[in-house]
Amino acid sequence: MAQGDAKSIIGRLGGVALLPVALAIVALPLTGSFSSWVTLTVAGLAMGMMIFLMASGLSLVFGLMDVLNFGHSAFISFGAFIAASVLAALAGWAQGQSGALNLLAIVLAIGAATAFCAAAGWFFERVIVRPVYGDHLRQILITVGALIVAEQLILAIWGGAPISVPRPAILRGSLVFGDVAIETYRIFAFLLGLAVFVILSLVLNRTRIGLLIRAGVENREMVEALGFRIDHLFIAVFVAGSALAGMGGAMWAGYQGLISGALGSEMLILVFIVVIIGGLGSIEGSLLGAILVGLMGNYVAFLLPKLSLASNMLLMMVVLLWRPYGLLPAVKR
Amino acid sequence: MNAILRLDGVHTDIAQYHILHGVGFDVPEGGVHVLLGRNGAGKTTTLRTIMGLWRAVGGKVLFRDRDITGMHTSDIARLGVAYVPENMGIFGGLTVEENMRLAAAGGRFDETRLARVFALFPALETFWKKQAFALSGGQKQMLAIARAIIEPRDLILIDEPTKGLAPAIIRNMIAAFREIAAETTILLVEQNFHFASALGNGVTVIEDGRIIHQGMMAELAADEALQTRLLSLSMEAG
Repeated sequence: MAQGDAKSIIGRLGGVALLPVALAIVALPLTGSFSSWVTLTVAGLAMGMMIFLMASGLSLVFGLMDVLNFGHSAFISFGAFIAASVLAALAGWAQGQSGALNLLAIVLAIGAATAFCAAAGWFFERVIVRPVYGDHLRQILITVGALIVAEQLILAIWGGAPISVPRPAILRGSLVFGDVAIETYRIFAFLLGLAVFVILSLVLNRTRIGLLIRAGVENREMVEALGFRIDHLFIAVFVAGSALAGMGGAMWAGYQGLISGALGSEMLILVFIVVIIGGLGSIEGSLLGAILVGLMGNYVAFLLPKLSLASNMLLMMVVLLWRPYGLLPAVKR
Repeated sequence: MNAILRLDGVHTDIAQYHILHGVGFDVPEGGVHVLLGRNGAGKTTTLRTIMGLWRAVGGKVLFRDRDITGMHTSDIARLGVAYVPENMGIFGGLTVEENMRLAAAGGRFDETRLARVFALFPALETFWKKQAFALSGGQKQMLAIARAIIEPRDLILIDEPTKGLAPAIIRNMIAAFREIAAETTILLVEQNFHFASALGNGVTVIEDGRIIHQGMMAELAADEALQTRLLSLSMEAG
């Protein structure tokens, strides 16, 4: 009864989609100053959007293909390093006076990372994942193995020392509103993540392939019994998920400014938290989970720096106790 | 009468278990053919093997004299075989319309067929834009069957459609099935003998993965001793 009442109240207030707003309201008095709160909130939103890019593909792969892909973080790492290399090669454009060339440099860097990870994703699905469909233990073993190989490849190609990733000049500054300064790169990251979310939502909700993906997430077998080859969808979704992870990695590289080969593995923890909080196979859930993780991580890093990651773990545990299938699961039970 | 579907010595394993032991029977074209049997007799396994969801390890499945053993499920579906599983296979997160659209060729509805579906199952028109998970059990079953008939099919495999449904809904379903069977062949797996005998033309009885009886439903319905011997007490009297 009490749980029903709580659900009803949350529903009337706008449902779980308002959880980030509630979190931000709770954080406001704790952060001490309005400008700090705005800075942390924007940072949290930007970080959330980048994690969303990395997590959305994994969520669909998990939900549709039932594949536990621990190798997903390899695409994040490759995306970051390829973007760093392209930005280094285009340093003249990225650091020059021309805003257009600045933007072109970052677009090419993100594009190269995305395209490489799409191609790598196709290879990964065909060669590594395909033989182990339906076998979770072998999926874990083989994708963890592939992740180790990928990290060693990164080490061999880019070396073991951290690499600096200078942001293009146009994305280096801040926009100042009174005593609040918001980094341009964070706004860029937020807008890119939002654009990807809108495109993904349109594809999933307005196209036939999107309808098939949503149906496949719920019941693969029934989609096949209706006359569709689900394995063709698997390839498309895996490639898209890998490409998005590469895009997220590329954005994260610019955000961090310094990257190492362990970047992907470090991010994978947050990505898994987002997928679990959001609900398997749900793009809306991934976005909600990513924003919650981004905000929680930033607020707690400011208030209790050592507990930043632990706070997100705690968030995941609370969500799982409250909603075992995540906040916005694709499969309605 | 020509057989639209023929199973010839079909063996199916699930993991280490040998479930079907040389199952063979014919489904004549037109009307309702009922596959009866107790829980665990192999009825669902037979339907899933026909549909290619589980692979036969021996024997043959022939659809219109074409060997479909080992064919991909989606290819079998495209030959004109529809499948309504025991759990109905409804996509709960999709609307009723989206569920139906997935089954419509090219995602476009034939308006005449859609009108016929609405006439058979008016609730689907009422809840057309609702997410399917919100439907009642009976409405979900209607949606599962509507999905199977939104396109012309040669054969519909239906697994225990009355399971858990109220008697009033079952009565409506008998009327709907009679109308559907006028244009297509139905292979119906059922445990409710009242429902099965009201609809069935032919009947096959399976036990422990083996066919133990084939004949006309009217004969089985009229012979209580045969019913008791073949179906025991685990079948629902209706």
